[in-house]
Amino acid sequence: MSLFAATPQTIKDRKVENRVKWALGLVTAVLVLPVLVILTTLVIKGGPAISMDFLFSEPTNGMTEGGIFPALVGTVWLVVCALCFSVPVGVAAALYLSEYAPDNWITRALNLAIINLAGVPSIVHALFGVGAFVIFADFGTSILAASLTLAVMTLPLIIVSTRESLQAVPMAFREACWNMGATRWQTIRRVVLPNSVSGILTGVILEVSRTAGETAPIMFTGAAFFLPFLPQTVWDQTMAMSLHLFVISTQVPDVPDELPYGVALVLIGMVLCMNALSIGFRTWLRGRRKW
Amino acid sequence: MASPAPTQANDARDLAWFQDKLAQFLIFIGGISGIVLIISIFVFVSREGIGFLGTLDVGEFFTSPAWRPTSENPTYGALALMAGTASVTGLAMLVSIPLSLGAAIYIGEFAKGKTREVLKILTEMLAAIPSVVWGFIGLSLMNEFIIDTFNVPVGLNVLNAGIILGLMAAPIMTTIAEDALKAVPDEYRAAAEAMGATRWQVIWKVVVPAAKNGLVAAVLLGVGRGFGETMAVLMASGHSINLPSSPFDSVRALTATIAAELGETAVGSDHYQALFFLGIFLFVVTFLINLTADLVVRGIREQ
Amino acid sequence: MVEPKLQVKDLTIKYGDKTALTGVNFDIFPNEIFGIIGPANSGKTSFLRTINRMQDFTESMSVSGQVILDGKDVTAWRNVYALRRRIGVVFPLPVGLPMSVYDNVALAPRLAGVRKKSVLDEKVEQCLTRAALWDEVKDRLNTLGSLLSGGQQQRLTIARALSQDPDLLLLDEFSIAVDPVTTMRIEDVLVGLKSEMTIVLVTNLVQQARRLADRTAFFLSGECVEVGDTEDLFTGDVKDQRTRDYVEGRFG
Repeated sequence: MSLFAATPQTIKDRKVENRVKWALGLVTAVLVLPVLVILTTLVIKGGPAISMDFLFSEPTNGMTEGGIFPALVGTVWLVVCALCFSVPVGVAAALYLSEYAPDNWITRALNLAIINLAGVPSIVHALFGVGAFVIFADFGTSILAASLTLAVMTLPLIIVSTRESLQAVPMAFREACWNMGATRWQTIRRVVLPNSVSGILTGVILEVSRTAGETAPIMFTGAAFFLPFLPQTVWDQTMAMSLHLFVISTQVPDVPDELPYGVALVLIGMVLCMNALSIGFRTWLRGRRKW
Repeated sequence: MASPAPTQANDARDLAWFQDKLAQFLIFIGGISGIVLIISIFVFVSREGIGFLGTLDVGEFFTSPAWRPTSENPTYGALALMAGTASVTGLAMLVSIPLSLGAAIYIGEFAKGKTREVLKILTEMLAAIPSVVWGFIGLSLMNEFIIDTFNVPVGLNVLNAGIILGLMAAPIMTTIAEDALKAVPDEYRAAAEAMGATRWQVIWKVVVPAAKNGLVAAVLLGVGRGFGETMAVLMASGHSINLPSSPFDSVRALTATIAAELGETAVGSDHYQALFFLGIFLFVVTFLINLTADLVVRGIREQ
Repeated sequence: MVEPKLQVKDLTIKYGDKTALTGVNFDIFPNEIFGIIGPANSGKTSFLRTINRMQDFTESMSVSGQVILDGKDVTAWRNVYALRRRIGVVFPLPVGLPMSVYDNVALAPRLAGVRKKSVLDEKVEQCLTRAALWDEVKDRLNTLGSLLSGGQQQRLTIARALSQDPDLLLLDEFSIAVDPVTTMRIEDVLVGLKSEMTIVLVTNLVQQARRLADRTAFFLSGECVEVGDTEDLFTGDVKDQRTRDYVEGRFG
């Protein structure tokens, strides 16, 4: 009997293992297949609605015809304004956590606060937006209030991804600068930040994708279903892609099938493109080592 | 040449010194923003909702399914709403826990190289789908699917929202579960293999139990996500406020209730305050869930 | 009587509960190379860190006693960055900053306010030459400093220290990551720099101290055992038997 021949037990074990591997593979497929199914369905059913007209003209006839241009513009307004608030504050917060924070309970509490901020339900963010920006700060329902609400909601994203890229910069670089007499800020400005910009950008792209898709936070703080004019200032209300999809699929009667599918397709297309950009960017970065 | 002994003038505080102090101050302000915001959220939501405490009947709130804020004698029994949230979240967990665990094990332990990359990217894409799009899927595809497959009249129900929510929560649970499995030291695996165990036995009997804490945290985070999800549940679970007796019943969750009714209330009215009160309730519950998850994860790190 | 460049009085350094150095007392004179020898963990590196107040960046480090530079206690400086700018430091582990070689060496002058390109060009060439690196990088000043070889990065670190125009240069076992030939070249440079600055050289290589240092201190287990003329220490004219044992290689 050869020393290395498989025993009956080993053969049985291998069979079990194979079956398990296939079973788990199937489970994983069930998890990821929906993405493909959803995309395919949206393309098939919504594709017919997409045209230059669709993208660049306004909705007409009680929302049952026409395009989505004002909603697209509105989403862009909201995303850009939200970024204006969340990027400076988020980068500052990350800088604090990475470069200044001592290792004590206050820092732990800060980290906890950020994790919890990320876990707050979107409708509670909406309520906060109404209570703090629309009413207390008296901004009224406006792009300002809505984008501030969105900024608060996506702040943790920026903080976490910025902090990670800051912490990826080796301590040795900072110490070399400090020993030369550079101040903490000079070191951050000349060595730490420039080498983290790419990580920060990845977080920003991710935030753009999240912000574009949110509905609840903007529903009561600044987004409206139908507005006859495009927004001119941050004090105006605006339409938005996410809200448009919601209303068109739940509250407008007699909508031709492909319209909501078309809106959903454009929305998901925007979001997935941003995501793919972020992933691609990250992969490209990994290949470009600087130390 | 030898430099002369420096005078005290060289010790002057210069522009760089002041810029550093200013930067430190501004960065500190940004740094505490996390805590400031969490507290602010609680403060401002409470500010609008605290008035409800006057109208609140605690017993009714927690035990009565009669949520009728717009009737002539308004009642604010939130039991049906809580049951709505609980049933949808519960079903979602039934769907997503096995999916996430299975996928985490497969991706972490069996898949290699390119397959693993592709799977991880697909998972990220799944996580990126906005909740309103999921809600739309619930309204359209899932609705038809349920009506056809199970031969029921209405497809917007617990089952619909539960499956959708499960798919929404799964990606993040998978990622955290993967991290938890990866954190199990290789020595455990090596020791088990040295004793003759097959790969599957190593995973099931050694790695998974060792990663228990992280897996529990993943589930908790999934539950938190389920509790707090608004749009998808609003669009997919139907509109009836009742205690569900089967997965085919329509329900209304806490989050959906706020979203559906807030637009129709007058600022400061009882109904308005009641909705904000629900918001406080949601905030506290999800805060506690997240806190627990974080403490559980901290438990691993300190081992 | 020459005024000492650096005076150390009753210096004690602790990290939390652990004592790294106790009751150190000696003077360092201008324009000399002052060597510090001793086995690992005897407190040599900790001592260097107190000279430019690096304890400010380490939470657990507590320092008592005085380090006096040119008559002023270093902890009494109001602008600690001005202090650090005058002190060049070279660590055992080479660090090339992730910017071009040119920017690496131009960093300190730029921080000091120098902007004219011609002045910077001259400074960069001068420092790289003195650090025995110019010939190897003169055609590729744009290469990232962090991607150079270990020995080149160490010389780059020295060039950066020189670019500060320091009046005090601290070297902590600089030759660990550097090959013997390059070490020799740098040692020649150091001897030449003596006329412009004061140099403190911490080294594990006893013979290196003998070659370079005018006076040497022997640190052992957190204590400064003795300080004296290098030649005396190496020819047996010691105040403490342990110094002779260490120098003769009986322990290390």
